[in-house]
Amino acid sequence: MSDFWIIVFAISVMLGAVGGAAVTTWFERRLLGLWQDRYGPNRLGPFGIGQVAADMIKLLTKHDWVPPFADKWVFIFAPTAIVVAMLLGFAVVPFGPGLQIIDLNIGLLFFLGMTSLAVYSVLLGGLASNNKYALLGGLRSAAQMVSYEVFMGLSLMGVVMLSGSFSMADIVESQRDGWYCFSQFLGLFVFVIAAIAESHRLPFDLPEAEHELTAGFHTEYSGMKFAMFMLGEYLGLILISCMITTLFFGGWLAPFSLTFIPAIIWFSLKTFLVICFFILLRCAIPRPRYDQLMSLGWKIMLPITLINLVITGAVALWIAGA
Amino acid sequence: MELILFYIASTVAILATVFALTRSNAAHALIYLIVSLLAVAVIFFLLGAPFAAALEVVIYAGAIMVLFVFVIMMLNLGEEGNQRERQRMHPTVWIGPSILSAVLLIEMLLVIANVDGPQTGALIGAKQVGLTLFGPYVLAVEIASMLLLAGLVGAYHVGRRFRLSEPAEAIEPRENSAENQEQA
Repeated sequence: MSDFWIIVFAISVMLGAVGGAAVTTWFERRLLGLWQDRYGPNRLGPFGIGQVAADMIKLLTKHDWVPPFADKWVFIFAPTAIVVAMLLGFAVVPFGPGLQIIDLNIGLLFFLGMTSLAVYSVLLGGLASNNKYALLGGLRSAAQMVSYEVFMGLSLMGVVMLSGSFSMADIVESQRDGWYCFSQFLGLFVFVIAAIAESHRLPFDLPEAEHELTAGFHTEYSGMKFAMFMLGEYLGLILISCMITTLFFGGWLAPFSLTFIPAIIWFSLKTFLVICFFILLRCAIPRPRYDQLMSLGWKIMLPITLINLVITGAVALWIAGA
Repeated sequence: MELILFYIASTVAILATVFALTRSNAAHALIYLIVSLLAVAVIFFLLGAPFAAALEVVIYAGAIMVLFVFVIMMLNLGEEGNQRERQRMHPTVWIGPSILSAVLLIEMLLVIANVDGPQTGALIGAKQVGLTLFGPYVLAVEIASMLLLAGLVGAYHVGRRFRLSEPAEAIEPRENSAENQEQA
């Protein structure tokens, strides 16, 4: 692609991701309603999709208030960090053959770096609010993110070993013989759990656990800044769904050689199904206690990841030697 | 183009580091330090070491600095902390460190002046880094891993003793200590 078209593509990916995040808020509530045998938002427009616009108008016209006791500039900066980091993460996602903003040779590490920078949003939001609920939420999220980041990265190293590259396009290409969800099912299992914890969605939303901490790190946030936090969270959901599709479910590759359907349709369909799975998880599993979360991470997830790495390395060497 | 980007990133790194040293609010200083690390990552990327740049972001900016922010949050310094820090940062405190770093700066300038020219252009990927680490530098890797293991065992020991001295109900040491501080 020429420079001009890459810029056009990048802007359309950005608008698509933000629009997708807005629609996902509505879609999530409808789908939860369906599974819980109730309606969900169904008043405004066909199937209640006008709710997206209504929510947006409400959030954007609210008084944009900074509490006088807060650390003003950090308070304003915090919600932007998560949105910027998550949008940057979309730069390495291959939406189709050649349909990628930039094919970095460290694409996977770039994605990990961006997710780890998104943590600061929650941390600094909790710190700058100068409120004990927000501070506790921020503290919890710091411990949770640092712990789960460790094996989120390690769980992907099996994929890197098998494909021999950090580049996202190469990883998709190397799955022509078989998707990694079969050979790396332990990696997939750990990555899904770590990814939910990284994006602090239910059931791992301890930083904002509303029963104990009012709203956790965004207790003091309202209006547009609160909308930024929500936007970042839903962007994160879409980004990790794209990543799971790319790394474990063959990306834009067509299953059963159904290649007459365009690659980007396959990619969107797979990502859509992963998003549905995350929403189902939200209504199916209760939130663990904080110490349960920590011991799950260090005592179960980390050993599983290490075993997966050892086995994958041994098998990869054995195949290379044979 | 690359030269311009390099100078921009270097300027940002130097300014951010200076601010990180001089701010009296610990949280603000840490944010400047994170910006400085990100600027250094950009410099690594421009010099043709994308793997080192990625690790700089993932490990330094993304993990170690999060722990620093975590500690700052646990301490919950507030305005008194800023006051204390401001008193401590008297101009005379800067004399010693400034002289020492000036000596280092002069030394570094002399070294740079004697090098034949910057080595640029060669792209060093993850594979080369791995081969070098587990080839000629394998001893350093092993020593580093032993150091980390010692740290791990030490941390386990400290955590263990703390937990045994507590009554059976208080199993969450981290959270409880944070709450106690809040109430204090």
